[in-house]
Amino acid sequence: MMKTKKPERLDTRKALSLLKKADILDLGQSADEMRRSLHPEGIVTFIVDRNINYTNVCVNQCTFCAFWRSKDAPDAYILDTKTLFSKIEETLTLGGTQILLQGGLHPDLDLDYYIKLLQSIKQRFDINIHGFSPPEICYIADSADITIREALGILHGAGLDSIPGGGAEILADRVREILSPKKIKSSRWLEVMEAAHRLGMKTTATMMFGSVEAPEDIVTHLAAIRDLQDRTGGFTAFIPWSFQPGNTEIGTKTKGQGTRGKGQNKKRATVSSAATAVEYLRVLALSRLYLDNIPNIQASWVTQGLKLAQVALRFGANDFGSTMIEENVVASTGVSYRVTKEDIINGIKSAGFKPAQRDTAYNILRTF
Amino acid sequence: MLKRIETKVLSGGRLTPGDALKLFESDDLFTLGRLADTVARRKNGKKAYFIRNRHINPTNLCVNRCKFCAFSRSKGQDGAFELTIREIIEKLGGRQKGRSKTDLHDISEVHIVGGLHPDWPFEYYQEMIATIRKHFPKLHIKAFTAVEIDYLSKISGLDLYSTLMALKADGLGSMPGGGAEIFAPDIRNRLCPEKISGDRWLEVMEIAHKAGIRTNATMLYGHVEGYRDRIDHLMKLRKLQDKTGGFQAFIPLAYHPRNTEMLGGYTSGLDDLKTIAISRLVLDNFDHIKAYWIMLGEKISQLALRFGADDIDGTIIEEKITHSAGGLTGGQMTAEDLANLIRKAGRLPVERDSFYKSLKVYA
Ligand code: SF4
Ligand code: SF4
Repeated sequence: MMKTKKPERLDTRKALSLLKKADILDLGQSADEMRRSLHPEGIVTFIVDRNINYTNVCVNQCTFCAFWRSKDAPDAYILDTKTLFSKIEETLTLGGTQILLQGGLHPDLDLDYYIKLLQSIKQRFDINIHGFSPPEICYIADSADITIREALGILHGAGLDSIPGGGAEILADRVREILSPKKIKSSRWLEVMEAAHRLGMKTTATMMFGSVEAPEDIVTHLAAIRDLQDRTGGFTAFIPWSFQPGNTEIGTKTKGQGTRGKGQNKKRATVSSAATAVEYLRVLALSRLYLDNIPNIQASWVTQGLKLAQVALRFGANDFGSTMIEENVVASTGVSYRVTKEDIINGIKSAGFKPAQRDTAYNILRTF
Repeated sequence: MLKRIETKVLSGGRLTPGDALKLFESDDLFTLGRLADTVARRKNGKKAYFIRNRHINPTNLCVNRCKFCAFSRSKGQDGAFELTIREIIEKLGGRQKGRSKTDLHDISEVHIVGGLHPDWPFEYYQEMIATIRKHFPKLHIKAFTAVEIDYLSKISGLDLYSTLMALKADGLGSMPGGGAEIFAPDIRNRLCPEKISGDRWLEVMEIAHKAGIRTNATMLYGHVEGYRDRIDHLMKLRKLQDKTGGFQAFIPLAYHPRNTEMLGGYTSGLDDLKTIAISRLVLDNFDHIKAYWIMLGEKISQLALRFGADDIDGTIIEEKITHSAGGLTGGQMTAEDLANLIRKAGRLPVERDSFYKSLKVYA
């Protein structure tokens, strides 16, 4: 019998030196080879889903977040069920299989609200609910004075299928202290994910880089994700994306209260320009190489644009993420033009891959 | 495999059309990139250039009305404009209130292209150049594509050489490379039958080079052409460059389908990078390959600096032609933004003048 040698695992020291020093073409090529060996069929997947934000009120008020409002802001909202259901109906009509249900940490919503929310959706629709990132789970648990495990068990029972990997930002508390001081610490983020995995729920993991972190912090983040994945195997995909300055506390030099209502507007750090394309691809390629136990790496066309996302498919990525129906509905009212499902399919094809629609668990539903 | 082509390039050999086709059809992105990167470094070291320039479009009235052009208008149509010479001078920072004098020294080049105006006489263009020259004696004037020069020669009744010499005497310093589109006649006839032929474009450039006017060259790709048409285009440019040596930079331009009458999709980011790389390898007699950031977007332009390009063009105030054809990048970039892109790509940012002389190195 021939023994096939398993490629050696990157240790953190090697990962750090690759991130800092490797030639971008060499790094890309290695990641491309690894992507090819993990996904030899040349398929690039995407999911048709819709981002539904049930409320924009959030007590955390993270410095990099352009979304939050305080309760008294004129445009603060909690989504009513009628709007919610019609959004889900539209999603199903458009061939969607999942809703990404997320919101701010609203001080008045209790566990009961979330249970009813999930149940009312599941009673009416056959759709995967990918919802509540770890900060929300923790907030729900804390408000109800129950453990994370208990909260997850209850929500799962009410219809929550899987959990998005948001709120991870950089899993190094030094960085979180600057970016999102009120947000859960790294250990709690990981605790939520571990508990979810133990309950049999799949989750994704994200990383937001390009703000105030050092290369060491990126490697720390990757190491934390890989370690947990070794124990649980519950992560389906890793999604690195870069911080987008603009309209956020951290991205602008001076910021008043604007229409967001009462809240912090103390400047904590300044980031004037987004990570460049080369930096994005470096992190993406390193993620592919380092996370040898996570099958899928997502390219973020939303933050990087379609053209760079196509290039990302040769720097380690094998998934194009979501078609973001929500954006398209906004576009159909003539407000803004965003990428359509057709653009995504054509974009994958013209990058030399076979486009396939997938479900939350990465099963292929349809090829194009 | 690309081994044979690799060896050829590294030993200074010239690529044939067959070699170029092999490269276009190859999936080996990284070998291609590395090879183009090596050639770029042999020519320009670690340097990558940008320039502080300003674009002026004197008018969008155009007798041609090319199908793919979202910029041009007919007389009286909504959005049509015609700048007076005074307005042009003001746009360049002259006599404008509230603008500090130092602004004038910020830019080293003005880039002037526009439509083929139905009524302006040749003298108007001459006066435009001469007046800019008078107001800003140090400013380099890069103006008029081959398409415009052909038209100016028609309205002046002068031959091409005399037309160019007259403009040169007024202050024309060099010419941009626009209007080349794609030379292959069958494709050109589908894309822009209204425009001068590819042969005529090359003729104008040859005469400009003879008149001592350096020019750039472009190629518009990603519409209805095939790889062979791109290669044909590159080969014709290489041949003329062998003869005259008058081209400074080659600039591949990705076609933008939005808002024009022609259908077609965006080129893929990978196609953009491959086209840059192959241009670098085929055009062995061109010193510079430009990844024009306002057309390609800053992200792909930055990457292009590792796929054979050594220039990302300028800090730009106005670029109407690109915007109306659905260009990818909106706003402006400062010199520091451009330097940052270059630095992060592992290159040394150099602010250049119009002839690639280094003005300032950004460490
Ligand atoms: S937790 Fe932070 S990132 Fe999430 S909605 Fe609230 S303020 Fe925004
Ligand atoms: S491309 Fe040039 S020649 Fe053609 S219509 Fe537009 S401005 Fe006129």
